[in-house]
Amino acid sequence: MSQAPLLEVRDLHTYLFPRRGVIRAVDGVSFTLHRGETLGLVGESGCGKTMTALSLLRLVPQPVARIVKGEIWLEGEDLLQKSEREMRRIRGRKIAMILQDPQTSLNPVLTVGTQLIEALALQGREASSRLVARAVELLQRVRVADAARRLRHYPHQLSGGMKQRVVGAIAMAGNPQVLIADEPTTALDVTIQLQYLNLLKELQAQTAMALLFITHDFGVVAHTCDRVAVMYAGRIVESGPVRAVFNRPAHPYTQALIAAVPSLDEPVERLDTIEGQPPAPEAFPAGCRFHPRCPYAEPRCHQDYPPTLPVADGHTAACWRLAAP
Amino acid sequence: MLKTPPQRVEPPLARQEPGPRGRRSLPWTSLFIIAAMVFVALFAPLLTPHSPIDQSLPNKLRPPFWQEGGTLTYPLGTDTFGRDIFTRLCYGARVSLLVAACALLVGGGVGLVIGILAGYLGGRVDSLLMRLVDAALAFPTILFALLLAVTMGQGLRTLVIAVSLILWARFARVIRGEVLALKTRDFIALATVHGCSHLRIMAVHILPNVLNTFVILLTLHVGVVILAEASLSFLGAGIPPPMPSWGLMVAEGRGKIASAWWISLLPGIAITLVVLAFNLFGDWLRDRLDPKLRQL
Repeated sequence: MSQAPLLEVRDLHTYLFPRRGVIRAVDGVSFTLHRGETLGLVGESGCGKTMTALSLLRLVPQPVARIVKGEIWLEGEDLLQKSEREMRRIRGRKIAMILQDPQTSLNPVLTVGTQLIEALALQGREASSRLVARAVELLQRVRVADAARRLRHYPHQLSGGMKQRVVGAIAMAGNPQVLIADEPTTALDVTIQLQYLNLLKELQAQTAMALLFITHDFGVVAHTCDRVAVMYAGRIVESGPVRAVFNRPAHPYTQALIAAVPSLDEPVERLDTIEGQPPAPEAFPAGCRFHPRCPYAEPRCHQDYPPTLPVADGHTAACWRLAAP
Repeated sequence: MLKTPPQRVEPPLARQEPGPRGRRSLPWTSLFIIAAMVFVALFAPLLTPHSPIDQSLPNKLRPPFWQEGGTLTYPLGTDTFGRDIFTRLCYGARVSLLVAACALLVGGGVGLVIGILAGYLGGRVDSLLMRLVDAALAFPTILFALLLAVTMGQGLRTLVIAVSLILWARFARVIRGEVLALKTRDFIALATVHGCSHLRIMAVHILPNVLNTFVILLTLHVGVVILAEASLSFLGAGIPPPMPSWGLMVAEGRGKIASAWWISLLPGIAITLVVLAFNLFGDWLRDRLDPKLRQL
């Protein structure tokens, strides 16, 4: 992919400022996203995945959180320089989002139709007489059967998978170029998960939008993503094409994560885990943040954060073991 | 000798588990009283040949018809000015309902808006508005109403303002709590993600979700309002005589309570019944519409 990236995040820092101290939720994250590409952002709970996504939309929870540094370039414009008013026009039209829990993602007192039409009207691209037809069209695109009738239904009349489809339809209302999916299948039945992932891929193929897929599930990443970025303690520790990262993980954290996925082929006596706990975000260890849990930790890992070094073409990792000794 | 084992009889399942509270059947008694009051208020001029205001001194202090000296012309007796108690009760219902409707609209509406603003915007706006609510709730309302009556003069307008001042703070506090809980729900976050403005989120997403609570609050407060109206009229800060109001009627009869009990007692009973009916109905509606119960 030689063309300029659709979205480029450079050195993003989003910090939380509670009563005392500072939580470095996102601490120097950089990545790019091309048109039609799917990037998986993987990591444990609390590693800063969601905060990264919210930063892209400039919707970090105020006033506790603040984007302190960085650049977010979308189609040649830095989103961090935009006014709140301009951002509102970008949200929904350029960047949309799907959240984890379909049960709470829809307004319980409004019908599906009302909510879809609301989203469409907000984009202001349709004549009001066409809104209902467009809403039906959107529902059909996310493969909701009997779409016209479903418009009159309330969220509680739909199943979880159906609700998440409607959430997807609402997100598609503005024809976004970037769709952020924050663990969209975590709350769904396993049988529905695959269907939903396929649906997202299908929508992506139709519109050439870029997908930023936030998950902790390597299986989902393998199925959906082109590239993957592994986050640990507010930083991206490894990124590269999915195959490369899976076959030759370079960072000890990625290696441990992949080893922790139980294999279906061999009987498993005991599930592999990573020793220790992720570091408390208000007190990251000096040096490499993974070193307290890392089996290969060397003296220099205790002192300096490793630079991001190339592993192979397009595959990088932040680990001292890649540097020349 | 063969002993048959003692048979264990399972109590029928329906007996063991009381039905959910939300399924209670309609409170017919309350509804009947409320309907009767509304009917009487609407059709007052058709129900009685007398005027609620015109005095007829020869007929003063007549007891109700079942007492010695009572006639069916004045079924519930007459007061010190010879005005028919039944007629005045009917017209009094008008005043009570009118005040209740206006005050609930004004006070409840203001409370709704302030509650949504405080809950949704949070931060300093919330602190400021909630301190105002605290202040309003700490203020002696009756005193304030008397002050208003002195400065603005008696009348419907003063009464509505005075009663609204009690109401808005209560509404605001409850609604704010609801909004705080709603604000953390994902669909509000998603609305922002899709480019909704704050005003629009409040109007389209928050408001319909608190209407439920708002309606329950309204019904629960009808009783409060009617009682407040009666209290204020009783104290002379409400509806000016000779307009009939239940509270005023109680006040007018209190000097004659030993000899002509019906002047005070009958409107008193009317107040009690109506307030009780509205409260029971409000309770029922709350049980019925409580979102926590509805999810069962």
